[in-house]
Amino acid sequence: MAALTLDISLPLRSFELALGLHVERTVALVGPSGAGKTSVLRVIAGLSRARGRVALDDEAWLDTAMGIDRRPEERRVGLVFQEYALFPHLSVRANVAYAGKARVDELLERFHIAHVADARPGALSGGERQRVALARALAREPAVLLLDEPFAALDAHTKAQVRSELHELLRELALPTLLVTHDYEDAAALADEVGVIVDGTLRQLASPAELVARPADAFVASFTGANLLHGVATPADGLTEVRLGSGERVFSTDDATGEVGVVVYPWEIAVSREPTHDSPLNVVRGDVGSVFEVGNRVRVRIGPVTAEVTSSSVERLELERGGVAYATFKATGTRLVSL
Amino acid sequence: MLVASFVTLAFLALPVIAVFARVPPSKLVSQLGNPVVTDALLVSLKTTLAAQALILVLGTPTAVILARRFRGREALVTLVELPLVLPPAVAGLGLLAALGRTGLLHTSIPFTQTAVVLAVAFVASPLYVRSAIAAFEAVDANVVAASRTLGAGPVRTFFRVVLPLARAGLASGAALAFARGLGEFGATIMFAGSLRGVTQTLPLAVYSEFDVDFDVALAVSALLIVVSAALLVTLKWLPSLSTSRFRFAASS
Repeated sequence: MAALTLDISLPLRSFELALGLHVERTVALVGPSGAGKTSVLRVIAGLSRARGRVALDDEAWLDTAMGIDRRPEERRVGLVFQEYALFPHLSVRANVAYAGKARVDELLERFHIAHVADARPGALSGGERQRVALARALAREPAVLLLDEPFAALDAHTKAQVRSELHELLRELALPTLLVTHDYEDAAALADEVGVIVDGTLRQLASPAELVARPADAFVASFTGANLLHGVATPADGLTEVRLGSGERVFSTDDATGEVGVVVYPWEIAVSREPTHDSPLNVVRGDVGSVFEVGNRVRVRIGPVTAEVTSSSVERLELERGGVAYATFKATGTRLVSL
Repeated sequence: MLVASFVTLAFLALPVIAVFARVPPSKLVSQLGNPVVTDALLVSLKTTLAAQALILVLGTPTAVILARRFRGREALVTLVELPLVLPPAVAGLGLLAALGRTGLLHTSIPFTQTAVVLAVAFVASPLYVRSAIAAFEAVDANVVAASRTLGAGPVRTFFRVVLPLARAGLASGAALAFARGLGEFGATIMFAGSLRGVTQTLPLAVYSEFDVDFDVALAVSALLIVVSAALLVTLKWLPSLSTSRFRFAASS
């Protein structure tokens, strides 16, 4: 499988952005707005200048040492802009056909936009616009997919649906994909690896589970908070019951059915050595894994989840010696997201 | 307030009404066959169209460049806008000083039809270029970037994306420049004179006829009013045309 590698630096308003990445599957860059995430995508696409090297396998798109700087039209990228940047004067069909006519009908069908093929982008809903933008980018037959804040322009309801569609699509395409978002949950739901970027510097690059369990610093800890577990949801007594992959069941006040992601923040989780039997509480039993200090707090891995506790709790519960512990959290603090 | 606005409107409308009221319409129409009028009409059409072509062909690329951000841009834009505030007589004198026989460039252009074209282009171009700069600036930079990442080079991007999106602004600028060019008087009479059949445009014909045959002058004036009003109406109609095409085309 092809891979995109980059090692770039470029001056931004108040700092220098420096980034090295190797993208083979889906990598998400997360960070607060103004961290330089969009600039990274623009550099890869050839829309902004930078020093360094961008290459697809051994095909260099940018190599300032070698004097290579391919123009945007000569790089095979599919860039989906934050506000989609559709051509307002062209129909949906003409938008999709802009880069190549060969697969237009197939793409219109694939993205469920055949029924609006003759409409102009101004007449579409947010979700439809995003699908047009994706179809248009894929009509180019890109070797790399770049997604800039794919959900920022969508309302909460549409976002949930679009995220699950996108998840499916990325798995199917199997293209090196770099997506940037300010929302850690989106990143964790879609990406194999998540990079946290602050003030132009990559603070940490790891799998979503690793980021929660062993955050590199306090910022990463606060920014990438959530545990994400997979399970199957069914309605139960006004609550939603989710059967986790491990067989355990947890409850949530959110509505959902089918495959879902269960999101719990580490600071919502209490740790004990004995099981509690309070009914509104979810209890997950597991072996104590890593115990990792973040500032004055400690992150403890218990089975599939990471909890955040004080160092005095670590001592009191003797978590350093391992063994079995129980992670408990409220149904109201358990959120369900579509996958 | 009501009285003031009534006075204003009456003051603006009265001269226009007077032109039509003074002579019956049938006579106005018959005067249009007068050779002085047909000669002037021909000169006006030829020179205004030639000047318009010059403005579009040279002004459009200039506007594309000036719509970008770079150092010294404001100074260049001011230079482009200068003819707008320059008294036309000064513009005519400047053209003579630049292109006259004894001028900077020693040409034989003055008092030819080419001189009319240059005078009109000089005076009318800022109206087009200003409007074109604004139109190009308003084109979403991300939409242009999207075209590039989709494999289109700068030229294809310009013709398929930038030009269609700037179209309404370009058209209204062109209409304004055309109207201004058609009415050009001061710079033309200084730089090109008023030779019937060669450099005498419609406004110059009004001036030269009004102490010879006032009715002819009125007929020409009426013609200019009708054309100007038509251009103005077109201008008002242009933006609504573009919005309806871009925003509501889905319903069609």
